[in-house]
Amino acid sequence: MGDLVHNLRLGFATSLSLVNIVLCLGGCLIGTLIGVLPGIGPIATIAMLLPITFNLDPTGALILLAGIYYGAQYGGSTTAILVNIPGEATSVVTVLDGHPMARQGRAGVALGIAAIGSFIAGTISTLIVAALGVPLSELALWFGPPEYFSLMLLGLTLAVVLAQGSLLKAGSMVLLGLLLSTIGADLETGQDRLTFGLDDLSDGIDFAVLAMGLFGFAEVLRNLGSFEAQPKVQTIIGRLLPSAADFKRAIRPILRGTALGSVLGILPGNGAVLAPFASYALEKRLADDPSRFGQGAIEGVAGPEAANNAGAQTAFIPLLTLGIPPNAVMALMVGAMTIHGIIPGPQVITNRPDLFWGMVTSMWLGNLALLAINLPLVGVWVRLLRVPYRLMFPAILIFCCIGIYSINNRPGDVLLMAGFGLSGHFLFKLGFEPAPLLLGFVLGKLLEEKLRQALVLSRGSFLPFVTRPVSCGLLLVAVAVLAIALLPSVSKKRAEVSLS
Amino acid sequence: MKQIPVLNRCRLLQALALGAVACLWGSGAHAEPYPSQPITEIVPFAAGGPTDVIARITGEHMSKALGQQIVIENVTGAGGTTGITRGAQAKPDGYTIMMGHMGTHAAAPALYPKLKYDPQKDFEPIGLAVGTPILIVAKKDFPAKDFKEFVAYLKANQSKINEAHAGVGSVSFTTCSLFDSQLGIKPAKVAYRGTGPALNDLMGGQVDYMCDQIVNLAEQIKGGKIKAHAIATEKRSPALPDVPTTKEGGMPNFQVTAWNALFAPKGTPKEVVAKLNDALSKALDDPGTRKRLLDLGGVLPEAPERTSASLAGLVKKEIARWTPILKATGAVGE
Repeated sequence: MGDLVHNLRLGFATSLSLVNIVLCLGGCLIGTLIGVLPGIGPIATIAMLLPITFNLDPTGALILLAGIYYGAQYGGSTTAILVNIPGEATSVVTVLDGHPMARQGRAGVALGIAAIGSFIAGTISTLIVAALGVPLSELALWFGPPEYFSLMLLGLTLAVVLAQGSLLKAGSMVLLGLLLSTIGADLETGQDRLTFGLDDLSDGIDFAVLAMGLFGFAEVLRNLGSFEAQPKVQTIIGRLLPSAADFKRAIRPILRGTALGSVLGILPGNGAVLAPFASYALEKRLADDPSRFGQGAIEGVAGPEAANNAGAQTAFIPLLTLGIPPNAVMALMVGAMTIHGIIPGPQVITNRPDLFWGMVTSMWLGNLALLAINLPLVGVWVRLLRVPYRLMFPAILIFCCIGIYSINNRPGDVLLMAGFGLSGHFLFKLGFEPAPLLLGFVLGKLLEEKLRQALVLSRGSFLPFVTRPVSCGLLLVAVAVLAIALLPSVSKKRAEVSLS
Repeated sequence: MKQIPVLNRCRLLQALALGAVACLWGSGAHAEPYPSQPITEIVPFAAGGPTDVIARITGEHMSKALGQQIVIENVTGAGGTTGITRGAQAKPDGYTIMMGHMGTHAAAPALYPKLKYDPQKDFEPIGLAVGTPILIVAKKDFPAKDFKEFVAYLKANQSKINEAHAGVGSVSFTTCSLFDSQLGIKPAKVAYRGTGPALNDLMGGQVDYMCDQIVNLAEQIKGGKIKAHAIATEKRSPALPDVPTTKEGGMPNFQVTAWNALFAPKGTPKEVVAKLNDALSKALDDPGTRKRLLDLGGVLPEAPERTSASLAGLVKKEIARWTPILKATGAVGE
């Protein structure tokens, strides 16, 4: 404990220097801005800003980039709530209840609880990183391919269970998502699959292309298709701070989400994407009246937002303690450190304690800064809704196009996104939800990869999935979840919900 | 005939004048000595990877030497061949160059049957930049105390052995294929998407060994999470002085360095290529740049290896070396 205090003091001494405070604030502001703009994600921004960090010292550079990263997570939720576009895989869930809240004129509360939930999660998970980072990193090493596969299977089960309405429709969307994820070069032989000879498809479909198309483009089409004028409700900002009743409803989901997010964030291979989905499914299951979910339940925003932010913070653990980047943004951080001659690895903490602890403490400062920046800005973001559709729609489309192009610098991606936009519109017309499709897509890649790795390792035997304890446990939970969902009483309740 | 209104005539004149100025400007730009505008350097891999880091470190000093900014553009996909294809088709005016590497300019012809460029014919080689040596690493409890025992164990237990690699066509895949073929072993190859996840499973002991660039592995070795059995170079690396060479370990023919080199599209003027070659060479002589590259475990080319002609020779030699080995694996590039 004394060590922790000493380390935190060292960290604050580093992160509270004037330069580092400015960098932290600057990073958070840039991050929030690019998070709010649909399509432009942290990956493109960090890649573009890498050259600027050449002239900073490595700690400052990392503080700036980390600020952009979690700032973007905040900003992404803003777009998800206000415009119904998830900027990141992790904000798909925020759309489900956040946007309905906005439509009910409670956009301010949704944004407020997202910010507060994220701050609480950020504070707790920063402490977790500080106190338990090193021992927790060993957890990641227990997860071999079989454990991973079982975890993803559990995730998919949750995806089906959390969906609105018909189980059949949700299930088929998950399957469609899985199918889409198999497009591209085969993992082991490199042969193109389902690419129809198109070079642009040989690396598979980028998540952002699919998400922007299905949500961003389709949302614009949907609004153009309906005759309603700009809904009146959206011009009402509503109160910004959640009421005591709202807060009481939200606090438990926030804490549960933080716990889920912290654990899943540590897992390599982007385990954090599961966190918001898992939190949403959990809250829906625990709620007295699950029918409110999807109609603007505050728990459905608070829990996943907390899980998302906690996961974003603990995702630094494998990077800082093992040198393994769990997702694309962290891979960029590796590059930023490498350029400065610090190769991330198990020795960073011992060799550069100022860097490690400086970053950890700056994360908390960043979260505080985000709360300070975002609560007053909520009014500004909500005012965005007052922008007439004739200006907002073209702007959304243009930002989506620029953002998608900036990821891989490939024009084909923009066309693909437009195609998904059309398909998304038809799916909407037919009453299919895009969220399960997106989750199937995100998890599908990992699912296939881990299944095939596990089978190569076991020389084709399926036994390790049930003989390895962690894997077996996860499979049992998945079976239990499915069984509960299919129980006559529950499925009857589901049917009632979907009818109403 | 309707008269053109006065206002419009003014506009017309204005436009004409602007056009003329633009023309003058344009021709003026041509007469100016190269480079008169920023240079785009295509890096065919994601930002943050070894090739990208090398491009950014060398590019920083090259920008100073040339007096124009070098802007890095990451164009990813298909093992780097997407970016190189775009670079090969760019206007050969010296304002688009690219960082090719062992994969894109030596392994690619064997791995990509539909490759849209010829590494030997479609480029003007500028010069060799930096190489990163290949290490052979194993999980930390692998039952071997040195490289000879490691090799003996692999040969004796090849049906049980699992090799990890970072995807078909990646440096770790191609170099380990060479290693396996020289030893005559056929381990189970476990494919990962990238070095990170492969390394994770190596640290966790799920897989037995892998080959990859020193920059990706050095810190995990120093931290004792994995064990390096050999480095595939003539001399030991100052970045990891305790790791013996393959030569010391009795495998002198396994010498591999993942090289990175600058190329310009075919038809780029000779004097422009010479200027870029000179700037690269200056960057490689700059003490600050050298230190940063050496700290990463990089191998810097000596003066005779820095010429364009030497790079052309290297490409030819490397294609001849990799093609039969990779064809034998039956793999198609990802």
